[in-house]
Amino acid sequence: MTFPKFAYPAFRWFCRACALCLAAALAGLFGFLLWRGLGTLGPSLFFGEADPWRALLLRVPVMDGLWPACLGTLSLLGLTCLLAVPVGIAAGVCLAEYAAGPAKAWLTFCVELLASIPSVVMGLFGFTLILFLRRTILPTANTCLLLAAGCLALLVLPYLVSATQKSLESLPESLRLIGPSLGLGTGRAIRHILLPASARSILAGVILAVGRAAEDTAVILLTGVVANAGAPAGLAGKFEALPFTIYSLAAQYQTPEELDRGYGAAMVLLALTGSLFVGAHLLHATLRRRWQVNP
Amino acid sequence: MGEDGVCRNENRLVQATWLGALYGSTGLCALAVAAVFAFLLYFAAPVFWADNAGSVLSLAWRPLDGSFGILSMAAASLALAVSAMLVAMPAGIGICCFTCGLGPPMAARLVLGLVRFMTSIPTVVYGFVSVFALTPIIQAVFRGSSGFCWLTAGLTLSLLVLPTVVLLLEGPLRDAWEHTALAASALGLDASRTLLHVALPRARRSIAAAAVLGFSRAIGDTLIALMLAGNAPQLPLSPLDSIRTLTAHIALVVSTESGSRAYNSLFAAGLLLLGAATAVNLILRRLLRKTA
Repeated sequence: MTFPKFAYPAFRWFCRACALCLAAALAGLFGFLLWRGLGTLGPSLFFGEADPWRALLLRVPVMDGLWPACLGTLSLLGLTCLLAVPVGIAAGVCLAEYAAGPAKAWLTFCVELLASIPSVVMGLFGFTLILFLRRTILPTANTCLLLAAGCLALLVLPYLVSATQKSLESLPESLRLIGPSLGLGTGRAIRHILLPASARSILAGVILAVGRAAEDTAVILLTGVVANAGAPAGLAGKFEALPFTIYSLAAQYQTPEELDRGYGAAMVLLALTGSLFVGAHLLHATLRRRWQVNP
Repeated sequence: MGEDGVCRNENRLVQATWLGALYGSTGLCALAVAAVFAFLLYFAAPVFWADNAGSVLSLAWRPLDGSFGILSMAAASLALAVSAMLVAMPAGIGICCFTCGLGPPMAARLVLGLVRFMTSIPTVVYGFVSVFALTPIIQAVFRGSSGFCWLTAGLTLSLLVLPTVVLLLEGPLRDAWEHTALAASALGLDASRTLLHVALPRARRSIAAAAVLGFSRAIGDTLIALMLAGNAPQLPLSPLDSIRTLTAHIALVVSTESGSRAYNSLFAAGLLLLGAATAVNLILRRLLRKTA
């Protein structure tokens, strides 16, 4: 295959232009968000007219601030972790150390399939679950915090499984030999040697999965988020969440103040997911230094 | 466990609990996948087998006249995803070539760091910024357009899928580059000739995999289309048309509670998306297995 002579410098310039365009697009995104959002940061962004200290303790309801949405997102993330992390880590250990042959191939396929399901379909699954419950045993079933957390847990489960599996499989061989050489069985070797050694990188995977759950909007849109629920009342109640607040303010803001709150919410959510990302990568970086045997 | 035979000090109860927890959790993952498929099939099957099956598989979405066709939305999903990939693929390949040899090392590392960081930017933030920054530009450039159209959504979506493409392609392309760069430069090839004639052809399977994975991200995305594409259920004929994707349709019907007759189209849309995800997954397995 031959190209005309001018194709090579053109290709070089094209690649440079791509990299430059990417940087420009991101700079534009951050610049625009900071320009419009920086002025909104402050206690009134979170608590509106209410007294911050009393609102923080849930003594007074916050009508025009982000505090209920922050609380909703935090409780959603906590509940999601509670449901997904133990199952995800256990399944990852099982796939890395125990499963073999066709069973392993099938289970890996299942995890990959779960990872490829679009988040809106996962939300729809939760929605059909409620319709099914209403028709059968629970006529009063409705979308709620617990359902949203369950669907989010399914959404991030494959990330947790593959993070655990990868970090166990990438441990150096010398570490693997310690267990048998001490006369430990497989289970004990995993619990006392391999899992502690890979704990940091599993934790990094968990943090990335939390970030993924924090940003997802499509799942909660179908499973019980509403615009003005106040602080989450319980597992069976409706709730607010930051990503949904951003979406609904962009779609139907009434006043310039509400739009400002949208910019503030976008900055808060970006700060949350960005710091989770940076934290996970710092953990990974320290780990790579520690196990740098065969890079 | 055969290897555990040597180990007499392990408590039987502990061992049973441990194995039970591990296999139980793995089984739960498999069960979850089965449940998602089972529930969507259970709710969608009557839609396709009913007497008015043609109703869902038609172009017209006019709930008041009783026609609940979703084919125009399927076409819109496809058009939006393909157009986003048409921008993201060349840009992704260009960025990978920049980071794998064309760009100065410092700049390459910076660009790669930026792309990694992009994975942590929430979709809804992309959507929000585009609503207030990109749509006014589109409005100003194309007079008479509302700005909420295929073009706006496609541009934003291509930015969203870019990290997926770049991060999947970067590793294999770097491998190909490092394997061949010395021999190629000994033959007198410069960096861009090495990339175009040697490294990129070597990594073509990974390019295909990146395209397929990016496409599945693009077609499964909800928020960009919902916030930016305008959501009018019609065929995508011009880049300035307002379109509604399957994903946005699901979100809209659920959040506006259009009544149970419109729900049928919901399950059909969900099943189509699930089918697309499964197909993509099978293609991806074939592509990635042969590179390994």
